[in-house]
Amino acid sequence: MVDPQVDLGVKIGSLMLKNPVMPASGCFAHEYAQAMDLGRLGALVTKSVTPKRRIGNPVPRVAETDAGMLNSIGIPSSGLLYYVDKILPHYVGVPAPLVASVSADTAEEFAAACEALSVPGVSAIEANISCPNIEADGRAFAMSPKDTHRAISEIKRHARVPIWAKLTPNVADIAEIARAAEDAGADALVVANTLLGMAIDPETRKPKLGNVMGGLSGPAIRPVIVRMVFQCARAVRIPVIGCGGILSAGHAVEHLLAGATAVQVGTASFLDPAAMLGIIDGLAAYCERHGVARIAELTGSVRIDPGLTDRWLRLAQQSG
Amino acid sequence: MKVATLACRVVEHQWVSARYKYLRLSCPAPLARHTAAGQFFQLACPVSEAQAPFLRRPMSVYGIGPEEDRIEFLYHVKGIGTRALERLRAGDALTVTGPLGTGFAFSPDWKRVLLVARGVGLATMAPLVPLAARAGVAITAVLSARAPGELMTQEFLRGAPASVHAVFDSDGSSAVERVEPLLRNLLDAERPDRVYTCGSNRLLALLQKLGAHGEVALEQQMACAMGVCLSCVRLFNEEGEKVFRRVCCEGPVFPLGAVAGEVQFG
Ligand SMILES: Cc1cc2nc3c(=O)[nH]c(=O)nc-3n(C[C@H](O)[C@H](O)[C@H](O)COP(=O)(O)OP(=O)(O)OC[C@H]3O[C@@H](n4cnc5c(N)ncnc54)[C@H](O)[C@@H]3O)c2cc1C
Ligand SMILES: Cc1cc2nc3c(=O)[nH]c(=O)nc-3n(C[C@H](O)[C@H](O)[C@H](O)COP(=O)(O)O)c2cc1C
Repeated sequence: MVDPQVDLGVKIGSLMLKNPVMPASGCFAHEYAQAMDLGRLGALVTKSVTPKRRIGNPVPRVAETDAGMLNSIGIPSSGLLYYVDKILPHYVGVPAPLVASVSADTAEEFAAACEALSVPGVSAIEANISCPNIEADGRAFAMSPKDTHRAISEIKRHARVPIWAKLTPNVADIAEIARAAEDAGADALVVANTLLGMAIDPETRKPKLGNVMGGLSGPAIRPVIVRMVFQCARAVRIPVIGCGGILSAGHAVEHLLAGATAVQVGTASFLDPAAMLGIIDGLAAYCERHGVARIAELTGSVRIDPGLTDRWLRLAQQSG
Repeated sequence: MKVATLACRVVEHQWVSARYKYLRLSCPAPLARHTAAGQFFQLACPVSEAQAPFLRRPMSVYGIGPEEDRIEFLYHVKGIGTRALERLRAGDALTVTGPLGTGFAFSPDWKRVLLVARGVGLATMAPLVPLAARAGVAITAVLSARAPGELMTQEFLRGAPASVHAVFDSDGSSAVERVEPLLRNLLDAERPDRVYTCGSNRLLALLQKLGAHGEVALEQQMACAMGVCLSCVRLFNEEGEKVFRRVCCEGPVFPLGAVAGEVQFG
């Protein structure tokens, strides 16, 4: 159980979370109530919904890889009305703020969807701008600072709840995208979505996913994402939520030290549906062991020796 | 909680044929009481120097009880995960999550059931056998396998009385053209209250064509196994509409007639 001595609470803009652990979009739904008390989570993040109905991609939609998995689910969706009528009621009474994840084809559709989802029961909206932008030949919004800025500005003009921008790691300069989202008014960043990947079965010569390419998640991507959390946290003042490859409390701490204020857990729940509760308990134990009174102190507190490179060079010159 | 992740212990683990292995676990919870025929578990196949399976492997429960902490599996040693699983010895630990999914419907009031299994598909239907036998419901089984050495009739019936029809690839008797008259005769002559099938899309299509009334247990690549990730969908006809259903939670057992043909991959 969580030690009451340690303050696990964190703040994401105006939103107070009782602990920094929440699910990653697409890796959580009300069915997990069969395996854990959802009320113990810092927040609940639901699967991305789209304004239009979508059937999703062909199967197989998942494939195992080394230390991770590929997915090409394709965001099947029954639309926003269905979400509000049929999905949201499952979470009534769960004592954790609900964050609705949204995907859309254009900046305007994004804004309209976020407006429609600014309803009681939704505490914040996560704009999954890692999805394809129809007006840019299907390139993800978050692959361009300009498209990121336009989508988030448009959303901020219409939404009545805080907006988290979920970035894609499939970019050369993530800090530039992070700044564009912050400039456009994003209340927080989620870093990040899956890395684009592909796997082929050498025996059958077929791709392992029906959709050929898909998103890589799990521990395989953690070092890449931790680096991006570090870069984003240094580039912006808004909170960064770390998401990628977290299986344990130690992995979550890694994200926090790199600069995250909170973390999202995705693939780990597929290995154990109650994995997030173990991570929450593990974070409390970590804080106790390290004499950390408030977990918020950990954010960005990676111990980097600023003089190391200089001393290294000096030493090299002396001995040379 | 309805679904638990439990550290279990291997009690028995042995080959039943060249490719199939039997596994008996002791669990730290009375799982047998909460597990129904047709349900499955996710098995955390052990990571070793040789193999590092990442996702859990879905396996139907093959036997339930009689002790309340015992569950059994019967599985095909196939790829990375099952080859890692195969190496466990009695006394070793194995973590499982479950019970998962919606199992078979069964009524003790029925007179006769027809079980149609291909290969290791019989593992999924095996828990129906003691249910029927205990209720005095007669069992007819059509078992299809590559060759006589892989049939596993004993493993399927475990002593229960049944009228068994075995068909094989090795002598051509498992060909659809030859199984069709057999099934047609059984359906006409015995009028089973329910037909159950697992393990073959061709047998499923045949039973649909013959208008059989019953259930099928399906497979699909899955990750979460609890209805969350939306990976394991198959297509169904429901009230004139085509709908996707999740094999892991809305199934793996579905009404026979509702399954729409699978889109072939590749
Ligand atoms: C609900 C359900 C019940 C099952 N019950 C049994 C059973 O009782 N006995 C048995 O022998 N097999 C059963 N299977 C099939 C079994 O899950 C696969 O054969 C097994 O996962 C293969 O793993 P592997 O590591 O040996 O193969 P690999 O080829 O290395 O597996 C790679 C990946 O593909 C997945 N995969 C491979 N084949 C299948 C398949 N047929 N269905 C779903 N996922 C697959 C694996 O889970 C893994 O993620 C069942 C499948 C499902 C969905
Ligand atoms: C099966 C699956 C479905 C996902 N669906 C979504 C989604 O709908 N929206 C989204 O923003 N991210 C989605 N993601 C990405 C995750 O939210 C997360 O960013 C990613 O998996 C990295 O975290 P992890 O390594 O902890 O899984 C999905 C990931 C997986 C594995």
